[in-house]
Amino acid sequence: MWDYLKLVIYGLIAILAAIASTYARDLAYLVHAILVVAIAAGLFIYTLRRMGHEKPAISGYLDAPIRVGVALTAFWGVVGFLVGTYIAFMLAFPEMNFAWAEGYLNFGRLRPLHTSAVIFAFGGTALITSSFYVVQRTTGARLWNDGLAWFVFWGYQIVILLAATGYILGSTQSKEYAEPEWYTDIWLTLVWVGYLVLFMGTLMKRKEPHIYVANWFYLSFIITIAMLHVVNNLSIPVSVFGSKSVQVFAGVQDAMTQWWYGHNAVGFFLTAGFLGMMYYFIPKQAERPVFSYKLSIIHFWALIFLYIWAGPHHLHYTALPDWASTLGMVFSVVLWMPSWGGMINGLMTLSGAWDKLRTDPIIRMMVVSVGFYGMSTFEGPMMSIKAVNSLSHYTDWTIGHVHSGALGWNGMITFGMLYFLFPKLWNKAGLYSLRLVSWHFWLATIGIVLYAASMWVTGIMEGLMWREVDAQGFLVNSFADTVAAKFPMYLVRGFGGVLYLTGALIMAYNLWMTVRRAPLDESAPATAAAE
Amino acid sequence: MDTYSIFRQIADSWVLLAMFLFFIFTVLWVFRPGSKELHKDAAQAPFRHDDQPAQDTEEARQ
Repeated sequence: MWDYLKLVIYGLIAILAAIASTYARDLAYLVHAILVVAIAAGLFIYTLRRMGHEKPAISGYLDAPIRVGVALTAFWGVVGFLVGTYIAFMLAFPEMNFAWAEGYLNFGRLRPLHTSAVIFAFGGTALITSSFYVVQRTTGARLWNDGLAWFVFWGYQIVILLAATGYILGSTQSKEYAEPEWYTDIWLTLVWVGYLVLFMGTLMKRKEPHIYVANWFYLSFIITIAMLHVVNNLSIPVSVFGSKSVQVFAGVQDAMTQWWYGHNAVGFFLTAGFLGMMYYFIPKQAERPVFSYKLSIIHFWALIFLYIWAGPHHLHYTALPDWASTLGMVFSVVLWMPSWGGMINGLMTLSGAWDKLRTDPIIRMMVVSVGFYGMSTFEGPMMSIKAVNSLSHYTDWTIGHVHSGALGWNGMITFGMLYFLFPKLWNKAGLYSLRLVSWHFWLATIGIVLYAASMWVTGIMEGLMWREVDAQGFLVNSFADTVAAKFPMYLVRGFGGVLYLTGALIMAYNLWMTVRRAPLDESAPATAAAE
Repeated sequence: MDTYSIFRQIADSWVLLAMFLFFIFTVLWVFRPGSKELHKDAAQAPFRHDDQPAQDTEEARQ
């Protein structure tokens, strides 16, 4: 019965999208309508061909979407880093904005492609995938509903597809980190509600009396992102057959809503969600429980109570009222404490097992990741102080800060998660090569150091150049002077990106060979791999 | 008064107080008597059901 209903739904979507494509008012909408027709028609045929087949019995954990998810995480990581490295060199060599690709592959189109590829494709897939794994293992229950899990997983990948193609073709609502247009936003909302229901459903049928702290972080990430996404994307489409929409908020309200969203995307997507990863995978890899469970609970409540107020620090010295930006600054500084509490909790989990740092490159990766979490959660509050912000804002220092957080904290913990999960999911005794993990570790670490250091130098330099005045009170430097002065540091940054990308490629090779070549784990029960 | 000012006033007083008290309560609640055993047990959760859901195993906990 359900299969028949699915056929009707897929068929209707395909027909409606085909009709919509004939009325399309712009190229992005046309391409997206055709993509939707193709996906819906493909699913229609897929469902039709499998109708009446015996359904496999449901037993054990649902690991199939996790296996696809870890592979896609590695893939999106490489794509995102590649685009990032490319646009880093575009800033050094503007000639790379080729005339033939103008309007499609110039810096302005590729930049959101990079940010969304690393945050939402790489980070988002990592979060969804790891949350599926962690919630099952820590509750002792299978995911609440198989079909819903697949819907959430592939639905999110469709969001990525629509967003990425949209940026190239110019479909954007110009909100940083929330660029996709209205129909992609609506689709993401549907997927996200499904994700919430799936996660809550799994928690409700848990066999453990207590909800392990990692799940609290994942749940706060899911709930908050739902709220942020809906409010920040309140817009009215100009036409149902076009991709353009108009924001409901205007002026400073719109700016505040955007950075309330933007900063909490950092706080709940890139921090809370990834802390969920930290609280599961570091204890697992170190083979000892978290240093202090009490501290982890306080970390959780302090983090979610404080983070939500920090957004206005993105709008210092703007039309935003003074009280609001002071509020943002104060909460950002207070936020330093729970962040470091969490860092200490992660690091001290290794107490008594520090020797693993020497022997296990995966735990080394995770520890460096937590170290970068601590570093960027110190740097961030410092930059949110108005006096510091007057120097750092609009300079490359901000970009350096973001990347020490994203490459150092988010990237490294995700790599650690992938190195942990691949052997588990394919029932292998271990990774193909630990030497390659060490190579990845050093390439990535040196890459980040080059990136962050060069951005400190150019950021502070250009901030000082912008404010430099002569004895008569005239500005000394033109904007172009600062651009020329930054050139050597842009090369260093690009080289750091190349190192980081090379590390990720080595990881992809290592993970691929783990699946293909690494010996099976004889001790594990056979059911783990069969499904 | 306009809606903004009403909301602003409520947020600045009672809501602020309520949220602050809730936060203080959660922190104190963590240190309640008897929580130590519970937290010790919860911290072990990642190590219990690695390969099989709880209902499939013999040693499923109560």
